[in-house]
This record gives sequence, structure tokens and C-alpha cells, in this order.
Amino acid sequence: MKIRKSAAAGNDKVEMQMTPMIDIVFQLLTFFVMSFKIVTQEGDFNIKMPLAAPGPSSDVPPLPPIRIRLTANNQGELSGIQMGERSLSSFKDLNEAIMQMVGTDEGPGLRSEAEAEIDADYNLHYREVVHAITAISGQVTPDGHIVKLIEKLKFAPPKNGP
Amino acid sequence: MPAKRKEYAVSAEADMTPMIDMTFQLIAFFMVLINFADGDQDQRIKLPSSELAKPPDAPLESPLTLQLSEEGKVLFGGDEVPVDQMGSRLQTERNVIERQGKSVSDAAVIIRADARTRTGLVQELIKQCQQRGFEKFALRVKQERGP
Repeated sequence: MKIRKSAAAGNDKVEMQMTPMIDIVFQLLTFFVMSFKIVTQEGDFNIKMPLAAPGPSSDVPPLPPIRIRLTANNQGELSGIQMGERSLSSFKDLNEAIMQMVGTDEGPGLRSEAEAEIDADYNLHYREVVHAITAISGQVTPDGHIVKLIEKLKFAPPKNGP
Repeated sequence: MPAKRKEYAVSAEADMTPMIDMTFQLIAFFMVLINFADGDQDQRIKLPSSELAKPPDAPLESPLTLQLSEEGKVLFGGDEVPVDQMGSRLQTERNVIERQGKSVSDAAVIIRADARTRTGLVQELIKQCQQRGFEKFALRVKQERGP
């Protein structure tokens, strides 16, 4: 008896079914495109702020903090900056004044010990406080490096609250 | 005399390979860039920006994110809580942290406050946290590109 050769044993090309794969691939693509969200990078200002310390931990009295007073008008916009008794016109001036005060030279200068106290009006926009923190804590040089100034920060109780 | 038409037996099947290559590349691109971890970013909060803010090098320890809206409400766990009523919530968080065997003073409180929030409210929130023993704070701001 003759056995007939099956047709598949020939040199036919086996074609893969592309349609289901492409379906799934496009579904995946749509999912990722839809859930894609451009997020801006966020950074932190780290502040260590315990509730009033129980007492002086050392005999050496700490340096008095540099007081930065930020006043606001009725709308919460910034109306004045003062460093100690000195009035400043902008955060750029504040940054320069801080730089002159603590210096930028490496070494055991004032920089590691100096402390700044931000004393802001209650209704001042938080944005201005962040600008002040930026001006106090460092400067970006034109070549992109960050020069750190004062790293210790604290807040005075807000003024003119409700 | 009619021109003789050539007849081809080839089927008109498009070559799928370049398309599939491209599609897979696109999928790979979006897969790599997708970020599921930004669940704590609330679109209602418009963060202030600063050129000095750098993303943290290491993840913060037991982070607790508090989002303060422009109206002075803390968006916390799906609720809007006024700042002066945050005490009990913070106490609960403190209990959870302590139950995990960690110290509350090591836990970091991330404050995402809106740029137009009143400073006094941010300070009140910080004070509430301090009263519950939190000591480490991170004021989160948007990173601004330098000039």
C-alpha cells in the first residue's frame, strides 16, 4: 500500500500569525503612552528642627543666629527683607550679604556654625520663604557648581498672625 | 492591439518587521520612563521652585508626606484636613512608626506646600509635627533649571 506523503512535509513556508501579536503590542503601547506623565524633578531642603532643646548641651554659647526678617503686605506679597538691622532690596542682595558675612573659603569658618533664623509674616506666601532659604543656603556659580553657605536654619514664630 | 499584462503570483503582503521593530522600541522607551512611584505628587499643589534643590541621594527614612494646599488644608490620606486638626492624624502616624520599631525622631516629614500658601500655616504644620516628636523635615520644591 502506498503511503501518501503529507502535504506539510514539503517545503511550504510556515507563516506565523502576526495579527494577535500586533494587537497586544499596540495595546501595550497605548497603555504606556496613556500613563506616561512628564514629571518635573523635585528636590528637598532638609531641616532638622527638634522642639526646643531641654537645655544647653555645651558650655560654649552658640553663635546668635542671623535674623532674616521678611515682611508681607496685605496680599501676602513680599514687601521687605531685613538682615539683622540692614534692609535689603532683593534676595540677590541677601545672598551677597550672607556670602560676605560667612565667606566662601574652605576651612573652619563661620559657615559651618552660622545659623539663620527666618522671621516671616504669617500671611507671606510660602514661595518667598523658599526664595529666602535658597538665598541663605547657597549660590549657583555660572559654571553650574553649588556653593553652600548657611546650612542651619530655623524659623521664628510667625508675626502678625490671625 | 491590447498590451499584454504581466501577471504576478506574489501576494501583496507588507513587510511587518520594521513596524514591529519600531513598536517594540516605543514600548521599551515608555516602559523605561514610566514612573509609578509619583503617587505622592498631587496636581493640586503647585510647588515653589528653587535652583538649589537637588533630588535626595538616598530615599528618606520612613517618609511621611504632608501636602498643604493653597487654602491651608492638608491633603492627607485622601482627606482634606485643616492644619489645626492634624494632631490626631500625626499621632496615629507616630504610633505606626513606633510599632515598626523605628524612632519617630528619625522619620522624615516631607512637606509639599503650595507656593501661595501662607507661611504661618506651614510653620503651624511644622509645629504640630514637632509636638509629636518629628524632627526631620524636608521642604519639597520644584527643581529649577539654572540660567
